[in-house]
Amino acid sequence: MIRKTALALAALALAAGIGTGAPAQEPELKVGFVYVGPVGDYGWSYQHDHGRKAVEEEFGDRVDTTYVESVPEGPDAERVIRQLAASGHGLIFTTSFGYMDPTIKVAKMFPDVKFEHATGYKRADNVSTYMARFYEGRHVIGTIAGHMSEANKIGYVASVPIPEVIRGINAATLAARAVNPDIETQVIWVNSWYDPGKEADAAKALISQGADMIMQHTDSPAALQAAENAEDVYAFGQASDMIQFAPNSQLTAIIDDWAPYYIDRVRAVLEGTWESQDTWKGLASGMVKMAPYTNMPDDVKEAAMEAEKAVASGERHPFDGPVTDRDGEIRIEEGETATDEMMLGMDWFVEGVKGDLPK
Amino acid sequence: MENFIISMIIAATPLLLAATGELVAERSGVLNLGVEGMMLVGAVVAFAAANSTGSGTLAIVAGAAAGMAMALVFGVLVLSLMANQPATGLALTIFGIGVSGLIGQAFVGVALEPLPKLAIPVLSDSTAAGRILLGHDAMVYLSLALVAAVAWFLARTRPGLALRAVGDNHDSAHALGYNVIATRYAAVMFGGACAGLGGAYLSLAYTPMWAENMTAGRGWIALALVVFATWKPGRVLAGAFLFAAVTQLQFYGQDWGLPVPSQFLAMAPYLATIIALVVISRDVNLTKANAPACIGRPFRAER
Amino acid sequence: MILLEPRPQPSRALTLLSPVIAIALTLVAGGLLMAAMGRAPGQALYVYFFQPIHEFWFWLTLPADQAAMWIYTPAEVVVKAIPLALIGAGLAVCFRANVWNIGAAGQYTLGAILGGWIALSAPEDASGLWLVPYLLGGVLAGMAWAAIPAFLKVRFNANEILVSLMLFYVSTQLLDFLVRGPFKDPAGYGFPESRDFGAGLIMPVMVEGTRLHYGVVLAVVACVALWLMMGRTLKGFEVRVIGAAPRAGAFAGFSRARTIWFVLLLSGGLAGLAGALEVSATIQQLQPTISAEYGFTAIIVAFVGRLNPVGAILGALVLGVSFIGGENAQIALKLPKAVTGIFQGMLLFFLLGCDTLIRYRVRLAWAARA
Repeated sequence: MIRKTALALAALALAAGIGTGAPAQEPELKVGFVYVGPVGDYGWSYQHDHGRKAVEEEFGDRVDTTYVESVPEGPDAERVIRQLAASGHGLIFTTSFGYMDPTIKVAKMFPDVKFEHATGYKRADNVSTYMARFYEGRHVIGTIAGHMSEANKIGYVASVPIPEVIRGINAATLAARAVNPDIETQVIWVNSWYDPGKEADAAKALISQGADMIMQHTDSPAALQAAENAEDVYAFGQASDMIQFAPNSQLTAIIDDWAPYYIDRVRAVLEGTWESQDTWKGLASGMVKMAPYTNMPDDVKEAAMEAEKAVASGERHPFDGPVTDRDGEIRIEEGETATDEMMLGMDWFVEGVKGDLPK
Repeated sequence: MENFIISMIIAATPLLLAATGELVAERSGVLNLGVEGMMLVGAVVAFAAANSTGSGTLAIVAGAAAGMAMALVFGVLVLSLMANQPATGLALTIFGIGVSGLIGQAFVGVALEPLPKLAIPVLSDSTAAGRILLGHDAMVYLSLALVAAVAWFLARTRPGLALRAVGDNHDSAHALGYNVIATRYAAVMFGGACAGLGGAYLSLAYTPMWAENMTAGRGWIALALVVFATWKPGRVLAGAFLFAAVTQLQFYGQDWGLPVPSQFLAMAPYLATIIALVVISRDVNLTKANAPACIGRPFRAER
Repeated sequence: MILLEPRPQPSRALTLLSPVIAIALTLVAGGLLMAAMGRAPGQALYVYFFQPIHEFWFWLTLPADQAAMWIYTPAEVVVKAIPLALIGAGLAVCFRANVWNIGAAGQYTLGAILGGWIALSAPEDASGLWLVPYLLGGVLAGMAWAAIPAFLKVRFNANEILVSLMLFYVSTQLLDFLVRGPFKDPAGYGFPESRDFGAGLIMPVMVEGTRLHYGVVLAVVACVALWLMMGRTLKGFEVRVIGAAPRAGAFAGFSRARTIWFVLLLSGGLAGLAGALEVSATIQQLQPTISAEYGFTAIIVAFVGRLNPVGAILGALVLGVSFIGGENAQIALKLPKAVTGIFQGMLLFFLLGCDTLIRYRVRLAWAARA
């Protein structure tokens, strides 16, 4: 009996291997995804998983996708990425900044596996990086806020002070002040990407201090809900269209749409044309999208669409000079535009932004 | 200021609900560290109920029932099987995070009307006091009523006396003819119901949505508040408001431009809790009198 | 109605058997869960529990050239178990003294912070000898952080559960502040991370091709030393007496205050060591997330190990297997993480519940009184 059980286990082990779920038909490519949050966060990880589902839909039986969620940005990440590579995944997307070093490390061990790391800057022959120019979307919402704000105060619920978040705050503020120079942006750091209660509290604090436009760079729709429950306050969705949470207050939302990129890259591996590259795309490519413009007068809607078009076509850059930081130093000269390098390391606020900024 | 106080009351409510329930469980001599897990399951079940029935009342009841179901699992383990209480409570939290995530899969990104505010026309709008005291949703008043009821129950009623006796010395309580295990089951289940309500408040009123792990550590704060309150219901109320106020200060402080890094503002609620505890604890009479002597100790009837 | 009858003596056989029964029950319950989810139960359970053990077996038995690939996962279980065992053993002693240090995660974080400060102050080409002050720094910082609840408890009678837990939250904000400010890597594009530690400050790897590091030696030595201390020395006796019967302890001339200081500094120091060790071995830089949850998981480890410091090693391995099994189940079986959490919860329920069998006989009685 014991012997039989042992044999059965050994057989199972072979069937299970590491990872092969033994599907009826072997897929051409297995694609792995590593998420920092739960897929149920309705924010960052949720949108990446949306992209994963689009890949499944596009390629059907040809690909098989796997995801591992809530992987902390520490020692666990390396093991998870390695396990995915060792279990036959040919393409692995690691979707948080903290996965950068583990991704590079594992990539060295598995030269035949392709890796795609979101938001980082380290690449290798089998490691690409990709990121979205969300700040282009922030330019559009800044423009809208410039037209819509009557209190001349934007409230910004911000997660953590990294360049990407700072860039978004600056882009929105510059655009709003281009329309209405009296506008100021008040930033409140929540020091977390994800705590709906605190996000709501921060938004409420901003509203009670007179902000009538709420922007957010955190994951949940809580800030929008706070705006919905206040009078004459409008807000912008983040990561996905959140109109169902604020049907009367969402003006638009900046949508992260990873689906086209993921489909492209999977196709490249299938066709054998995959190469290591650095992708940083915005409105033009569809990686960043604007949700329908709602709850605003027609002239504002037109201005928004015009801003969206101008940025997408490259005719306008959210960081066209002159740009002065809040200490009065000119950071971008008239006639010049911020370089990618400058934007990647942005650690200063433009004129008109109020709030703490760690040095 | 007015908005600050309103935000504070809302932020305090889930803490108050969960902490009051845990207080009763601890007063009976049972330490349940699984509050976070029970809150999460309460939150998701309440959301699911509200989403499918459209009834806020049913949703609140469902949240409480879900918390009780979780507490029952805990009760069987620690009361009937005498498993270790702190470890079982921690396991309950892991379990609850999993269960709520699984149930919640269908509700991610679904919106819900918040619980209606019980506004009384004119009165609740015309004055600041009216806006602060009136015009909240039912659960805010429920939580305040609960604190009062628990305070009265523990101090003034015979079953309350029995519960305290069980927590202070289960052997004597047993000798006096009290049913120790049944009392503790009741207290643990009550604690679960309250934690479920605290969770339900988050997913129905505070931020009407479901998102995985949305309690974000509030269960732990509720546990800390019970100790902070030295097992007195009235002090739970004070503690929850103090904690919520300092938390709100973190956001308002940034808006006012306090020249302090935001991380230090974020530390403030925890430091304030420690300082307040030290001040209270200095007087031994204040703490010793209320701390249940049998907390965490399993009981088995000799017969 | 469940009735428990005490055994005259704890059952030797069941001491060993109870974890086996617990695992068997988890297999049954887990199998039912998998079946309910529409998955093949056998495969799920294999991946969850037995794969690391099975792969370890391959590594032992296969010829060297084929064996190497199988050691990675078993080694990872041990890598995960190292900090858990270190913290868990310290907490076991602490809990034996009836002192409730719930904030080991904070002491772990402080160990990582002070260690990190030493590592970042060292020259980049520092030799491996720097690991000595580095790890000592971790121990000291953990002790210092644990000294706060100890002082407040002894001096002001402030509850250590609350103080240590609150200090955990404070420590995470402190780490956050440091990696976004003073410790931030100037060449890191503004991301909240320190620079990488120099090669000398990285714990050397023990088995090529894995992340298994020499910290395992420290963990085993610490656990065995604490076990000896608890069983063979007057200090251990003192801790146990104070924990079980403080009044009797006072008659014997033992000081409760001294014991509180001792166990908090001990468990804090070990948690700080674990923090410094983990950062040096697996993260190799400071960042906002450094797996501080180990401090909470170690509470379960201490109890699964029945508050015995050597038992903490076993408890840590069980928890390690269940974490990594959960990850593998996500990869191999595409189970959502929620399911693996439910599974882990059940395993712990059964492990804790079955321990009752050691000291009691269980009788099921229906209504009628025996």
